[in-house]
Amino acid sequence: MTVTTLSERTVLPMATAINEGLRAAMAADDRVLLMGEDIGPLGGVFRVTDKLQADFGSARVLDTPLAESGIIGSAIGLALRGYRPVIEIQFDGFIFPGFNQIVAHLAKITNRHEGAISMPVVIRVPYGGHIGAVEHHQESPEAYFAHTPGLRVVAPSTPNDAYWMIQQAIQSNDPVLFFEPKAKYWMKGEVDPTAPTANLHETRVAREGTDCTIAAYGAMVTMALQAAEVAESEGTSLEVVDLRSISPIHYDPLLESVRKTGRLVVAQEASGNASVGGEIAAYIAEHAFYSLEAPVLRVSGFDVPFPPARLEGYFLPDADRILEAVDRTMHY
Amino acid sequence: MSQTQQLDVDMVDPEPIRFLDVDGRYAPTSSASAFADELEGVGLDEFKEWYRAMAFTRAFDTEATHLQRQGQLALWAPSVGQEGCQVGLAHAAEPQDHLFPAYREHTIAHVRGVDFLSVAMLFRGFTHGGWDVTDPTNGNFHLYTLVLGSQSHHASGYALGQVLDAKRREGNTKLDPGEAGTETGEASMVFYGDGTSSQGDTSEAMVFAASYQTPTVFVVQNNQWAISVPVERQSRTPLYRRALGFGIRSVQIDGNDPLAAYAVGRRFLRLAREGKGPGYIEALTYRIGAHTTSDDPTRYRQQAELEAWQQRDPIKRMEAYLRAQGVEDAFFDEVAVAADHEAKRVRDAVLAEPAPDADSMFAHVYSEEHPRIEEQRAWLDHYEASFETAEADGGAK
Repeated sequence: MTVTTLSERTVLPMATAINEGLRAAMAADDRVLLMGEDIGPLGGVFRVTDKLQADFGSARVLDTPLAESGIIGSAIGLALRGYRPVIEIQFDGFIFPGFNQIVAHLAKITNRHEGAISMPVVIRVPYGGHIGAVEHHQESPEAYFAHTPGLRVVAPSTPNDAYWMIQQAIQSNDPVLFFEPKAKYWMKGEVDPTAPTANLHETRVAREGTDCTIAAYGAMVTMALQAAEVAESEGTSLEVVDLRSISPIHYDPLLESVRKTGRLVVAQEASGNASVGGEIAAYIAEHAFYSLEAPVLRVSGFDVPFPPARLEGYFLPDADRILEAVDRTMHY
Repeated sequence: MSQTQQLDVDMVDPEPIRFLDVDGRYAPTSSASAFADELEGVGLDEFKEWYRAMAFTRAFDTEATHLQRQGQLALWAPSVGQEGCQVGLAHAAEPQDHLFPAYREHTIAHVRGVDFLSVAMLFRGFTHGGWDVTDPTNGNFHLYTLVLGSQSHHASGYALGQVLDAKRREGNTKLDPGEAGTETGEASMVFYGDGTSSQGDTSEAMVFAASYQTPTVFVVQNNQWAISVPVERQSRTPLYRRALGFGIRSVQIDGNDPLAAYAVGRRFLRLAREGKGPGYIEALTYRIGAHTTSDDPTRYRQQAELEAWQQRDPIKRMEAYLRAQGVEDAFFDEVAVAADHEAKRVRDAVLAEPAPDADSMFAHVYSEEHPRIEEQRAWLDHYEASFETAEADGGAK
């Protein structure tokens, strides 16, 4: 079987970058399997697995019965057998039928076996809003998983990160929830297949600034960068920190940034109550209290169910909502 | 016994498969005849071993209940009454097969090589596991599962891996819908109860097993009660019929007859290994004891029902059979003494085992380095050490 993997710097949309990352991971390790609904001939509802079944065969790219608990539970069995399954959950809101298998088993099996068994399972979750879809198709459930010991949770924001992080997640011997910002699937960026620029859990400064730090992950990084552009034109310098990983969080670059700017706004699409943003605010308050000129502010989705698509513009934080918080912290 | 009302469906349930009747006489039902050849080559030596395994488990089970009553185990889930189907099925499996239990499969654990001590340590609150499933001496017997039904997916997923491995050996890269099964040479077997049969995961696992024709044998030990709720609340039809709807071969057996469990288990596992698809066995048995030591069965079931099932005790049945075959007191006396010794050995070992170190809870949360875990591990270490310092300074912890 000859499979052509990406070899040169190429400008790709994020969905294609993930596809290329999956292809490279499958070519590198024949224990890697893909599992999910409609991921074979269709290539997934977002075409992220396009042509992978043709390249690797239906015994490596498994179109499964339509049952998330079964997909995740079967992946656990396959991992016990020595495989490295990569699951596609079709939409964020469809992960919950598999919740028990993730939090009660996948997350705990290594611990239960006192380290004798690893669970190298990746669960890819297209997540977040901005696509005008029906209920259960625009959600941000990452906090449930970040709260669960035994899981790793990451969310790339650029095509290059997506290309590398999916491969790093597959190489990890721990279970990884891989949240893909579906609103950014068609956003293009250069992918450099020659070497990764960071490890899976590394926080990265996406834009340097001096007046206020914005911490974000996934699609909200784009919003933060837009806010920084606007702020600059108004004379405020924003530093944008792309967390990339939300469990664990690599805090050192964020602490360094906050110690420099003295201000922090955390931006997330998810509802704010008991959220990743709240955890970051608490951590920064504990570790950088004397550097702060103002309280850490959160910009989040409201604490309501994700609304019907016509209302999503009111629910989802955007660059303006980030700038509103920047104004508050700057004038505190 | 299942008192399910007859429904207007075009199906007559055969008599549950049985070789030994309640008095231990070899009297196969007509439903058993198709499986009789599976017992060829299995004779008195084997049956005596099965008896020994059941008696050992019963003695351990009784000791474990005592240990719980003495505050030495946090909880105990007795298997009294269910040893018959367990010993038959455990011996039906080949060494290369993988077994996925719920939490009452003590006889199977024992037969596969797991030390009773390991099982007790789980209930002592020293571990969430107890034995190393990667150690071949533990017979591919996986850890107990306490979230009911979850393990059915792990078994069918494991078996899917057995299929994929076999395909790779053949250079076959296809696994297409509707294709025939694959000869694997190994199987997986999963155990759960009548209550668990209502969990969605058990149905989903049958979907996956049938779809991929995985070499999986599902075993439901229908012990009539899910804690306090009778099987009639779980199902209006005999449970074995459910599997038929998934396209899975399925039978009902007398779960207190080790020979029936062995013969059917042997057949279904072999068919599975040969690529002829999954199977399902409903073993009709009874939980003589409580659900766990926290339970009080007198609140929900009748003494007469219990007594009726005590007459069907699988150990008594096997003993009657062996005696009729000429096995004498000396054997039974020797087993009784050995079983008591084993129970005492486990008891002493349980009490001698050192408690786990607090640090161990951080040790295996992840397979790879994790900064938050390491921070908290260091913090607890420092915190605990601070008390030692305080004590040294004359303070009290």
